[in-house]
Amino acid sequence: MKKKSKAVRYNKWGYIFLLPFIIVYVIFQLIPMFTTIYNSFFENYMSGLKQIGPNFVGLKNYNSLFSQGDIWVYTKNTLVLWIMCFVPQIILSLLLGAWFSDTRLRLKGQRFFKTVIYLPNLIMASAFSMLFFTLFSDGGPINSLLIQIGFISEPYKFLSNTGSARGLIAGMNCLMWFGNTTILLMAGMMGIDTSLFEASEVDGATATQVFFKITLPLLRPILIYVMITSLIGGLQLFDVPQILTNGTGDPMRTTMTLIMFLNKHLFSKNYGMAGALSVLLFIITAVLSLIIFKVTGNDKRKG
Amino acid sequence: MKKKLLSVLLSAAMLTGILAGCGNDTTTAPATDAPAAETPAAEETPAAETPAAEEETPAADDAAEAAPAADEGKVLNIYCWNEEFKSRITDHYPDYTEIDATSGTIGDVSVKWNITPNADNAYQNNLDETLLKQADAAADDKIDLFLIEADYALKYVDSEYTMPVADLGITDADLSKQYQYTKDVVTDSNGVLKGVSWQGCPGVLFYNREAAKEVFGTDDPAEIQNYVKDWDTFNATAATLKDAGYNIMSSVNDSYRVYSNNVSKKWVNDNMITIDDNIMKWVDDSKVLVDGGMTGTHDLWSDDWSKGFYPEGKVFAYFGPAWLVNFSMAADTEGSIGNQGGWGATEGPQGFFWGGTWICAATGTDNASLVKDIMLKMTTDDTIMKEIVVADDDFVNNSTVMDAMAQDTSYSSKILGGQNPLGMYANGVSSLDLSNLSSYDQGCNEEFQHAMKNYFEGTATKEEALDLFYKAVVEKYPELSY
Repeated sequence: MKKKSKAVRYNKWGYIFLLPFIIVYVIFQLIPMFTTIYNSFFENYMSGLKQIGPNFVGLKNYNSLFSQGDIWVYTKNTLVLWIMCFVPQIILSLLLGAWFSDTRLRLKGQRFFKTVIYLPNLIMASAFSMLFFTLFSDGGPINSLLIQIGFISEPYKFLSNTGSARGLIAGMNCLMWFGNTTILLMAGMMGIDTSLFEASEVDGATATQVFFKITLPLLRPILIYVMITSLIGGLQLFDVPQILTNGTGDPMRTTMTLIMFLNKHLFSKNYGMAGALSVLLFIITAVLSLIIFKVTGNDKRKG
Repeated sequence: MKKKLLSVLLSAAMLTGILAGCGNDTTTAPATDAPAAETPAAEETPAAETPAAEEETPAADDAAEAAPAADEGKVLNIYCWNEEFKSRITDHYPDYTEIDATSGTIGDVSVKWNITPNADNAYQNNLDETLLKQADAAADDKIDLFLIEADYALKYVDSEYTMPVADLGITDADLSKQYQYTKDVVTDSNGVLKGVSWQGCPGVLFYNREAAKEVFGTDDPAEIQNYVKDWDTFNATAATLKDAGYNIMSSVNDSYRVYSNNVSKKWVNDNMITIDDNIMKWVDDSKVLVDGGMTGTHDLWSDDWSKGFYPEGKVFAYFGPAWLVNFSMAADTEGSIGNQGGWGATEGPQGFFWGGTWICAATGTDNASLVKDIMLKMTTDDTIMKEIVVADDDFVNNSTVMDAMAQDTSYSSKILGGQNPLGMYANGVSSLDLSNLSSYDQGCNEEFQHAMKNYFEGTATKEEALDLFYKAVVEKYPELSY
């Protein structure tokens, strides 16, 4: 042993420790991705206990997806829900992040509040939507409350009106995720060199100026990260609307997201249609991520 | 040196951790569960996980105990979705001895219960998966007996996975006392009977006696029947009740089954979805009721729907079978209508049924004679069936027993204020005609009610709602068109 080089080479251990990720990724992500694409070209479903197919049908699945035209409606629903959730969420998070990271403010009980705003995220989405379902049902506590204070005279059917149903879903998502976003943004803000803030203070910049001229530009990489992850998460929105509307996407499927639509094909184990839809979803996600990447001007690859 | 040893150890431990997942398919190792992003966590735990995975292996092997070669198998596998059938067997099947929650014995045959709850189609998914592998399964792993419900009965009955009861040696004469509708449900498209049931679930109209006295001045079932004897009268009565502050039903979905059990054609003919006139009548009648504020649009079993179980809910009536009023309408809760014996039963506008469980023998069973015996004992034996009525308040599938009980003045229902409703149930059940079932009923009924809710609530026109219905059904059953 002593005769060998004193420098122990550790890179191979690095590769070995990467193995679990690679193996899991290949088995559970890469292979399924390719089989999904493969499956999307086949007619393959269960009719009761009878297996139909798999028969190769070329692009028929894609064709029927587009000819029905519903896919665009669900895409729109999904994006509307995401925007309704993301805009208030990012404003709230920026504000909270700026306050929490501002050393001059010396907020008391920061740790407490940081924990509290993160708490909604710890509740299971399904439990959270069950709770809201009960709260906002036609005869639920919110309606009784509103009637008792004389705000309305008849129960308002929150889940039967497009605006309120979408608002509830977006609100719940916002509530669940703003803590997470705040913590990410705060980490970004605390990474900014404090001498910059001090210098601006010396130059007599107001708090607003500091926020818009220093914090925001330097926060850009984190903002992009937050936006992309939130967009991808938003496109995969499923559990909250699924449970809140009992899988129907009521009223009239205006809260039906793409993944809920995908889930509809599960009943008959329709791998062909579900595969085609997944591939589309993959493309939409990729394109949207690219757009955000370009628009936010991150193509200089500075990190 | 130490570092190197440590790294070797760590990576060895990690690899064991990953590979532990590949060993057998009954246990899920951490690596297979963890999403890609969380993989580092798997490295910390392998030592703890590996032994755990090994411990579970013998348990899984137990299921495949060596079976002695005899002409009949030694393991009876029963698939069902709740405890009901199990408790019937435990209480009433003569030779059954319970061992624990999921197993028991009949003579020297051990009984294995595979209970998967119904929620989200889980029961059917599990059953389908196992049935599809039935031909290749070892004799003792084959499903011998499974339970089905009417809404999806034909899916199984109209397949080769269920055995004709005649092949088990059960004759028509054995089943002569059973109600015809219970046979209609499990008769396949060639007219072959594929299952039997021990219960009948004829439905009646349960009305709130207090409300009846207040609005109509009487709570006598025969008098009340005059107010609900057909749909036109029923709807007129709804308006009267509305003026008195009562909803005639809790939700439009309450009356859905009453209409849908009285259709003249199937949901699906030659792969075309068709909507029966009686179901469209439900839509039109219900729309009037909802628009007039005479009933709600709640889903069945929701909190809003159940409010009428209590006097404050101001609901006049529920449609349902015996089990609804006996077990599901909060009769045990202080202050509920049922608790005060405040419900009355009357026949209502049309006969219908709701619920019920059928026993099917799976093709390939290695316990044919035992399955036959269970079927005969539980669904045709007068003594056992009478026991079930007395002990469990079930309405059994045996006209002789039920007719006798209907005459029996000593039997009365406390929840129904001392009324003996069995005669009424028996009348309702004998008039049922269920020759118009199709294997798509479950999906069609569910989606139809979902879609129409939009029309009732005014978020869509009737045409839009119908379009939504067709769309949703085709998603569920891609082979259909409209």
